[in-house]
Amino acid sequence: MQTIFEKSVTGRSACQIQKPMSEETELKEFRLTLDLPELSELDIVRHYTALSKRAFGVDDGFYPLGSCTMKYNPKINELACNLEGFTQSHPLDETENMQGTLEVIYSTQEYLKEVTGFTGLTLEPTAGAHGELTALMMIKAYHLDRNDTKRKKILIPDSAHGTNPASAAMCGFECIEIPSDKDGYVDLAKLSELVNDETAGLMLTIPNTVGLFDKNILEISKILHEKGALLYMDGANLNAILGIVKPAEMGVDLMHINLHKTFSTPHGGGGPGGGFVGCVKDLEAYLPAQRVVKDGDNFKLDSNFPKSIGRVRAFFSNFGVIVRAYTYMLSLGKEGTQRIGRYATLNANYIRVKLSQYYNLPHKVNCMHEVVFNDEVQAQYGVSTMDIAKRLLDFKYHPPTIYFPLIVHGALMIEPTETESKQTMDEFIDVMIQIAHEAKASPQMLHDAPHTTVVKRVDAVKAARNPVIVCNMCCS
Amino acid sequence: MKNYNIQDALFYTKEHEWVKIDGSHATVGVSDYAQDLLTDVVFVELPNVGKEVKQFGQACVVESVKSVSDVYSPVSGKVTEINKDLESAPELINNDPYGKGWIYKLEGVNESEKSNLMDATKYKEFIAGLAH
Amino acid sequence: MPYIPHTQKETEEMLKAIGVSKIEDLFDAVPSNLLQKGYYNLPEGLNEQKTKEKISKIAKKNKNAEMNFLGGGMYNHYIPAHVPYLAGRGEFYTAYTPYQPEISQGILQSIFEYQTMITRLTSMDATNASMYDGSSATAEVCLMTASITGRKKVLVGRNVNPQYREVMNTYCKAKDLEIKEIPFDMGSGEIDQEKLRQLMDENTAGVFVQSPNFFGVVEDMKEISSKVKAKGAISVQIVTEALSLGLLVPPGENGVDIVVGEGQSFGLDVSAGGPGFGFLATKEQYMRKLPGRIVGQSEDSDGKKAYVLTLQAREQHIRREKATSNICSNQALCAVRGLIYLATLGKKLKDLAMLNHKNALYFQKLLNGKKVSRLFSSSFFNEFVVTVDNASEILKKLRKNSIAGGINLEKFYPEFKDKILICVTEMIDKQAMEKYLGSL
Repeated sequence: MQTIFEKSVTGRSACQIQKPMSEETELKEFRLTLDLPELSELDIVRHYTALSKRAFGVDDGFYPLGSCTMKYNPKINELACNLEGFTQSHPLDETENMQGTLEVIYSTQEYLKEVTGFTGLTLEPTAGAHGELTALMMIKAYHLDRNDTKRKKILIPDSAHGTNPASAAMCGFECIEIPSDKDGYVDLAKLSELVNDETAGLMLTIPNTVGLFDKNILEISKILHEKGALLYMDGANLNAILGIVKPAEMGVDLMHINLHKTFSTPHGGGGPGGGFVGCVKDLEAYLPAQRVVKDGDNFKLDSNFPKSIGRVRAFFSNFGVIVRAYTYMLSLGKEGTQRIGRYATLNANYIRVKLSQYYNLPHKVNCMHEVVFNDEVQAQYGVSTMDIAKRLLDFKYHPPTIYFPLIVHGALMIEPTETESKQTMDEFIDVMIQIAHEAKASPQMLHDAPHTTVVKRVDAVKAARNPVIVCNMCCS
Repeated sequence: MKNYNIQDALFYTKEHEWVKIDGSHATVGVSDYAQDLLTDVVFVELPNVGKEVKQFGQACVVESVKSVSDVYSPVSGKVTEINKDLESAPELINNDPYGKGWIYKLEGVNESEKSNLMDATKYKEFIAGLAH
Repeated sequence: MPYIPHTQKETEEMLKAIGVSKIEDLFDAVPSNLLQKGYYNLPEGLNEQKTKEKISKIAKKNKNAEMNFLGGGMYNHYIPAHVPYLAGRGEFYTAYTPYQPEISQGILQSIFEYQTMITRLTSMDATNASMYDGSSATAEVCLMTASITGRKKVLVGRNVNPQYREVMNTYCKAKDLEIKEIPFDMGSGEIDQEKLRQLMDENTAGVFVQSPNFFGVVEDMKEISSKVKAKGAISVQIVTEALSLGLLVPPGENGVDIVVGEGQSFGLDVSAGGPGFGFLATKEQYMRKLPGRIVGQSEDSDGKKAYVLTLQAREQHIRREKATSNICSNQALCAVRGLIYLATLGKKLKDLAMLNHKNALYFQKLLNGKKVSRLFSSSFFNEFVVTVDNASEILKKLRKNSIAGGINLEKFYPEFKDKILICVTEMIDKQAMEKYLGSL
């Protein structure tokens, strides 16, 4: 498809600009050229409508992308965040004029405190990785504040998301990898051996990236706390345990979650997201400084926290995302909240059981919200996880997460979420079984998949060797 | 197990770099086994000329689409020349790892460091042991 | 039950297939003393009608002004109706990151077009798929300049948006970088270039100057960049009012190395600060130091043009602790909205920017006629600072007439008593100006 720049026609226009009130200007220099396209409104509408048809969202079909929690995004949430009261709220207005905005932030915080068990909370981070970074800054500040200057090491399991070590490095921590045992759990003996007075903390994803709940969680937190280290929980997988366990009660000191996973805000092709960091009492002093507090019937801002790490984002973060999440919380209430983890787990286990005869299951126990298979069975016919994923595209499914976690060779990570029905999963299961048969009968057909998409497999090597990242076509 | 091209006159590291030592001078690259493991190389972050490298210390970085690998120097020395052709044609590492795919040259090399490296026979045994 | 479709019968069938008698049996790995008994202490869930009533009631508690002269990093511009309409299509907004290029060409091409728009606006060579927002993107650039130069000190203008400076401080502290503020000239409102010269040394990684700055004043980026580069440091321009790019000499032509800013002005609501999108563009030689995702053009196996995420070896999922940043997501949907806005304005972006500038100057002259004088002498874009008799009283009075009269600068600069930062966009008409003057 042509780019918007190639469709430009000199002299065409999609808008009319008013005349200035005066022709006077003080500026001495202006830009001379501005190579932007010239189109009519209809040109633009057709172009981006056509592009949207070359994209695939949860609204289009089943999206069992493991670790991403692609649940349904309720439309009432969109309506809510587009209410004029919210969209026109200016972040530098006086707090007395933005009581609605502050109420949404405050109430969202209160809900999250209740479901996680934490007493301190910030909604300032804009994404999961941003939340991780915020939490690590707090860990650093906590130790330094106690004059505990030796704690420069962060322990990270080998099954962790890549953001964990990257976030730790941004805070100047040294990353120490902890191996998982054969079942994907933290190796307790190794952990005891590695934790010492130089350990700042452990970054643990719960449930882990294999989709399992680490049954030793209480021992893990004990080992850390006895040596003065903190337990940070990567809350990417909170959906599994919402309504089941409160992280604070497991000995977690602080955690982040993603509003765009558990709380149904749309992923938008890669953002905007919403992060949040919760923490126990001892760490509250280090949370970002601007906090929304309740004062009688009113809400106000309090920034007087001298030990705070400071701001991680200007203004009120991705406020529109917070409104969506809060609207979802209003709809859920206590019953809905209790059901999320349960039904997410039920769905994943249903797929686990139904596909376990056809695909190898490295960990043969009950899973949580997601189940990880691999391509060991299909590999004997020369068919890889990549082939299976690409073949699924022909059936109008978004493939599962592939080749992650790194500790499972050829991983296929399936997360159905609680919003998918039994019918949807049964159809998906049938297709997966068909692909398992195809792997044996016609492996070449799988290597060549997908067959029905607008483009076939894209040459990533060419793109990286000779990067073309902007369109070179002039409009004028 | 694939049949890898392991050249006799070279010395190898456990990280799959090769070195050709010529008195106090040396040329460094990555082995056929390494290029196969890396898959299509898309970018080489070359060292700066003049950089001092230590034996087994990090010298530069090789990227494929899905991986990044440090290249560790098989011997100590000072970088005198880098293979500029890799900037526009990183695939030379895949196509000709021991020839046009060389990465950098060193001077001030101490031949005795050879004793910490594998010769071709030992390296062949080493990669055979990695097959699983 | 909202959004969980299971009937009782289906749940039972599924449990039977799994071989357990109730859902709770699946949580056998969770220590029993941790399992929650009963419901959380939360209100009852609401149906959609009641949810809408409740959230609408909260929205109405915001007393937003009818006439808005507030800027300071978030700007009230007109958004053409088709912009949110198109960006709101479910295929865009319910999609994940385009990791599967065969079914994501729409998002990938949109981001590719966005990248093109940003490089053209800034006259730079390379950019990424967008950042969280202007402030955190600026803080990321602190780390980027340190990584490029191997130096550990960052300088930032004191006339940079105060909240941006706070975020920069937070990131620099975490990474053990030193950060120092460059004073501004009290007469012109511009960076004090003599002080800048004194502050720079061989350990200076980057110099961060906002233009137009927090006071709306346009800085001499050409002169600043050449001074900065003479010291081997990276020249960074921060832009919080992206519309100014349509009119002013673009950063790339002024010798700026990295331009970073907030794109909210391009078709996104003020919305208490977000979501907008951060943009970050640079010269080709620093392309591989960019954080975040980048879309590249390639071919499919039939040789057909196709787009794909590229240069991924910079990123956290491959390079882990050695990545350029921990950034994983961007603000794709907002960037697409910005793209559609820019496609709509096209070359007329310059006219709109000029309209903002001229109307702002016009209003400043009107105020001058009312004995409300301008504080800084240098040219401004669409914001300016004035001195009044009693700022808080005047702002209160204006508010009674539903006018948000500007930002009281004393909040951010204690030495600035009775100074107001006023922003004039195309949303301010003559009547609003007259009403403002009449309330003084």
